[in-house]
Amino acid sequence: MTDSKYFTTTKKGEIFELKAELNSDKKEKKKEAVKKVIASMTVGKDVSALFPDVVNCMQTDNLELKKLVYLYLMNYAKSQPDMAIMAVNTFVKDCEDPNPLIRALAVRTMGCIRVDKITEYLCEPLRKCLKDEDPYVRKTAAVCVAKLHDINAQLVEDQGFLDTLKDLISDSNPMVVANAVAALSEIAESHPNSNLLDLNPQTINKLLTALNECTEWGQIFILDCLANYTPRDDRESQSICERVTPRLSHANSAVVLSAVKVLMKFMEMLPKDLDYYGTLLKKLAPPLVTLLSAEPELQYVALRNINLIVQRRPEILKHEMKVFFVKYNDPIYVKLEKLDIMIRLASQANIAQVLAELKEYATEVDVDFVRKAVRAIGRCAIKVEQSAERCVSTLLDLIQTKVNYVVQEAIVVIKDIFRKYPNKYESVIATLCENLDSLDEPEARAAMIWIVGEYAERIDNADELLESFLEGFHDESTQVQLQLLTAIVKLFLKKPTETQELVQQVLSLATQDSDNPDLRDRGYIYWRLLSTDPVAAKEVVLAEKPLISEETDLIEPTLLEELICHIGTLASVYHKPPSAFVEGSRGVQHKRLAGSSGSGESVESPDTGSAAGVSEAPPAVIPSQGDLLGDLLNLDLTPTTTGPPPPASTGMQMGAMDLLGGGLDSLMGDESEPPPIPLRTDTPQSPQLPHQSPSPPDYSPTELGGDLGGSPAMGAPFGAPPATMPASFNAPVSGGLDDLFDLAGGVGMPMGAYNPPKTLWLPAMKAKGLEISGTFVRRAGVIQMEMTLNNKAMSVMSDFAIQFNRNSFGLAPAGPLQILTPLSPNQSIEAALPLSTVGPVMKMEPLNNLQVAVKNNIDVFYFSCQYPISMLFVEDGKMERQVFLATWKDIPNDNESQFQIKDCHLNSDAASNKLQGSNIFTIAKRTVEGQDMLYQSMKLTNGIWVLAELRVQMGNPNYTISLKCRAPEVSQCVFQNYEMVLKN
Amino acid sequence: MIGGLFIYNHKGEVLISRVYRDDIGRNAVDAFRVNVIHARQQVRSPVTNIARTSFFHVKRSNIWLAAVTKQNVNAAMVFEFLYKMCDVMTAYFGKISEENIKNNFVLIYELLDEILDFGYPQNSETGALKTFITQQGIKGQHQTKEEQSQITSQVTGQIGWRREGIKYRRNELFLDVLESVNLLMSPQGQVLSAHVSGRVVMKSYLSGMPECKFGMNDKIVIDKQGKGAVSDDAGKSDLGGGSSGKQSIAIDDCTFHQCVRLSKFDSERSISFIPPDGEYELMRYRTTKDIILPFRVIPLVREVGRTKLEVKVVIKSNFKPSLLAQKIEVRIPTPLNTSGVQVICMKGKAKYKASENAIVWKIKRMAGMKESQISAEIELLPTNDKKKWARPPISMNFEVPFAPSGLKVRYLKVFESKLNYSDHDVIKWVRYIGRSGIYETRC
Repeated sequence: MTDSKYFTTTKKGEIFELKAELNSDKKEKKKEAVKKVIASMTVGKDVSALFPDVVNCMQTDNLELKKLVYLYLMNYAKSQPDMAIMAVNTFVKDCEDPNPLIRALAVRTMGCIRVDKITEYLCEPLRKCLKDEDPYVRKTAAVCVAKLHDINAQLVEDQGFLDTLKDLISDSNPMVVANAVAALSEIAESHPNSNLLDLNPQTINKLLTALNECTEWGQIFILDCLANYTPRDDRESQSICERVTPRLSHANSAVVLSAVKVLMKFMEMLPKDLDYYGTLLKKLAPPLVTLLSAEPELQYVALRNINLIVQRRPEILKHEMKVFFVKYNDPIYVKLEKLDIMIRLASQANIAQVLAELKEYATEVDVDFVRKAVRAIGRCAIKVEQSAERCVSTLLDLIQTKVNYVVQEAIVVIKDIFRKYPNKYESVIATLCENLDSLDEPEARAAMIWIVGEYAERIDNADELLESFLEGFHDESTQVQLQLLTAIVKLFLKKPTETQELVQQVLSLATQDSDNPDLRDRGYIYWRLLSTDPVAAKEVVLAEKPLISEETDLIEPTLLEELICHIGTLASVYHKPPSAFVEGSRGVQHKRLAGSSGSGESVESPDTGSAAGVSEAPPAVIPSQGDLLGDLLNLDLTPTTTGPPPPASTGMQMGAMDLLGGGLDSLMGDESEPPPIPLRTDTPQSPQLPHQSPSPPDYSPTELGGDLGGSPAMGAPFGAPPATMPASFNAPVSGGLDDLFDLAGGVGMPMGAYNPPKTLWLPAMKAKGLEISGTFVRRAGVIQMEMTLNNKAMSVMSDFAIQFNRNSFGLAPAGPLQILTPLSPNQSIEAALPLSTVGPVMKMEPLNNLQVAVKNNIDVFYFSCQYPISMLFVEDGKMERQVFLATWKDIPNDNESQFQIKDCHLNSDAASNKLQGSNIFTIAKRTVEGQDMLYQSMKLTNGIWVLAELRVQMGNPNYTISLKCRAPEVSQCVFQNYEMVLKN
Repeated sequence: MIGGLFIYNHKGEVLISRVYRDDIGRNAVDAFRVNVIHARQQVRSPVTNIARTSFFHVKRSNIWLAAVTKQNVNAAMVFEFLYKMCDVMTAYFGKISEENIKNNFVLIYELLDEILDFGYPQNSETGALKTFITQQGIKGQHQTKEEQSQITSQVTGQIGWRREGIKYRRNELFLDVLESVNLLMSPQGQVLSAHVSGRVVMKSYLSGMPECKFGMNDKIVIDKQGKGAVSDDAGKSDLGGGSSGKQSIAIDDCTFHQCVRLSKFDSERSISFIPPDGEYELMRYRTTKDIILPFRVIPLVREVGRTKLEVKVVIKSNFKPSLLAQKIEVRIPTPLNTSGVQVICMKGKAKYKASENAIVWKIKRMAGMKESQISAEIELLPTNDKKKWARPPISMNFEVPFAPSGLKVRYLKVFESKLNYSDHDVIKWVRYIGRSGIYETRC
């Protein structure tokens, strides 16, 4: 039987011919025609026009034909919902068929047809099938509940299918259990707080029993579900582990990895001195090694996971270095991952072997791999002090090969070795200098220039070397330019007599002829330092540098913990939390949309048309699936500046890109390249200042100094940081100062907004010594995040930067974090970060949650905090009385929520005054039977209006508040805000 | 879970496209083609994320299989499923090729409907599938009620890999111990890494639902038995190929076919199971200790000036003289700028293959404890390429009639209580084959 002929029908008028054939009396001809239709469908031709004709073929007792028609239906039903109804009868009839295979087929297919009307008819047959006598039908029906839930979650709940599904966990057939578990786990994902799966010792026991009996796939579903359970104590934890460990010998790698996940998670609960704990650790190593003999794609998944496991529990694989040695025929993605793990496992005990291997790899053909191998040698040197000398000599050997990219890579890592072991290996500088001409990559050039500058006093012709770079100064990349500037200033400070001309030259190149603000700033700062106080200059430029740490690319501990819980899944392959690549809270959105359409109100009055609910806002901002290339994974954490940036801060935006783009991104686990050790500059991080206008080129240093000192924003670099940023910078309001004064005068004056006190956001324990506490304030229309950064570590911190995750209201930093001096141990610093609301939007839970990443020279840290929603109340949030009334009526009652505010002892006027400070405006007041009713309105930055009715009874400390809003999910936050403002 | 599954030919044309989830659109088909198959630079990972959609792919000859998802799926499961999918297709229609896929596209759609439901893999054992999905259209319409329920209970049952009511006139089973021995050796003869990955493949032609028990010279079991009284069953049903060699071997790790009761192995280290009918892989194992390396390669490469290389390679066989190794092939890489090669070898045939940049030396048979040698002079074209020749390792292929790990099958007992045949009535065959895996010596 050769079906390939169906692929070759490309004639014109084909649809008509097919139509005729479909309506043929001959069964064989019909079947042939349906096959042709399916073939056309596969290659992407639109054959939806044939819908009625194909559906007509459905009434058949030929199972093969039936299956083909079903396949067609699943594809096109959505585009022809009315005609799809024609199929319902057949489905319902088939669900009663005596043959279980046909019953299952019908219920399976019906669930795949996403047409509301069909879904309604599905309920009854599905209910029967869930209780069918045949396990094959039951296991199919179990999955069908998940399908139905994806289409209409409410319906599933209303029909009580969830309970039936739960009952199936106790089914006698293991496959039914497994599918029920899979379906429930998926449904539970979209209801994070519901106790749907209801894991308790009894159900766990059932699952563990089914685990021994079901198919390999079923075992995966069950193990993945088990991983979500939290045992009550260490004994339960141990007994589950004991029953899961046999799975480590399964031939299916996914079963093994899921078992590893359960064990890694439950192991946390076991006391370390327990014998069993040690046994378990020993049992984990062999199966992990065995995974490396699987097919290459699985090896890749396994290696990405092993990378996590090694970071979390290095003891498991510490003796297994050899299995990670790269084989000549490994695919490149396996090679690169193995190399990564080799470095992690490198220790004094095995360093000799590792180095011999790495040297071997450095002579291979694949450029990426070779580069990574060379880098790895450098990292070994930094990690294992005893091996540093051998590493350096290996690197020198490699430099002798004169292979261009090997030389460049070697120079970059040698720079790091110099940083780690100062004054130890300077004898190699001469060799390095020989290769100066062959360097053509910015990173290598910058590294070489740094070395020349740093050791200028030992290099006789340092000035000549640096001068040679100066010729093409403007063609160099910024990295090289900055490094060259610093290096020449260093040289000048070390050998002032011979190099005066050179330093003049570079300073004027950097300040007058460059349009890069970072470079100009650094140039000016050096210039001013040198001309006013050379001693201070020496202290700053030639300051002792903090040592670099050995493990710079470790995954941040909280992320690592999260990823361990996702072993085996995509998250563990990407080394990113699921939220970074899975469309946020899909299930929740589904549910909400279904709810609002159910209320029957869809007409919006024109004056509130702009106030679209939050529920509709996110899809507009989240890039659509259509733009394929742009929206890659990293989008989440690279700074995206949607919307027009405030005019005053363009320079800052660029700075932020530069700083974060390199650092954060690579630390997030970019797969292709090892994250660079963050040593970019040795001077205090100085650039990224806001720029008002390009300075005239003929400024002399002294004039410039005066100018700098006078400007409030520029005064910061070396002095104490300003307590708060002047509000005029980075304000999202573009009108300029006048506007701002207007606003400031108009609002907020009577009482002043209530600003919550600073709370601890990031404890020092979690962030390698960096402690952050902070709060949010809104001043004159500008939202600011005020933070106190406290360095509780032993080393100096610098290079601070901040980045937000997508959040409900698009809060984003309007500029970079202004911390310009390094933070010495035990020092604290105040920082104010102006925020804009034009960032990317994603609904958060709770709504006012903000996830923040802060980077410094040590690592990237993550924390989340909640901002009071009043930060988002805009100053023009006072509604016209008439509009208020109309809007109040217009918003459906379903959207109203009522809250009690207890123990509040203000009278209504005081309350009204206080609330106005937070941009909650009282529009009208009515007194009915000793009860004051305040009608209030507020408007969020994204245009959502919230209307409130506050009832204050004389003598009664309990207020009642009713909130109405088109986006009812904000109500809870608004209420909390009321409570906070009124009680403080 | 898996949102969709696509199969493409080498040009990137879709042959099969089955979407399981609503969040996967037709544009996903094109996204993979554009960004992976037609990518300007070869894609360097089997998992690709394009526009928040993740693509998993495997390639079989020039056919691409891609699974698509937008969720945080179990990645290992997706790949295992793709391999399984390939196995199932191979079992149904042979080699996975464009022609075969086009010829069987209706069948493939039918299989995809059965083994993946809403993106969740279902029973994918070919034995079970073949009972109701066949290339001649679907069975099922003319089956009796008993047959139908037998199918469904097998597909969903505890023993999904075997059907009831199998009958053979002659109960027979074949065991193949297939090992591949891997080696990486330094030029000085130091073993950098060596391991054996072995498989026990069983062909069973047994009636009914036989309960089997498999025993081998696993160190842990032997040590345990040694402590207690000498067990009598071990000697009686010894199937081992000879008494020479080590008594027991240390197995680093092993994995089993899903028919093996893992909890029993975990607690008692005994391997018991009801086997599938026909051929299947019972277990895989890995050993690293006391491996018998069948061959030793001693390379000597000398650069004579800039335009000449002298290569001498000696191979020594290291096993009992009575055994014969077969299909021996030594592959000596040559630099890219080789202009001519002269080879002299004592045994077998050697040829310089310019297209493969290697001298290939083949020997049909070689007994144990022998030695053979090849020497070659390689003329090089002068180049101004600064980069040194990377000197890839010398690799070797061979086949030997023993297990380099030292594994011996001690017994395989068959019990079938319902039918009246006993363990003694079953005819059993055991064969050991050791092959080279990646057997390399650096030079």
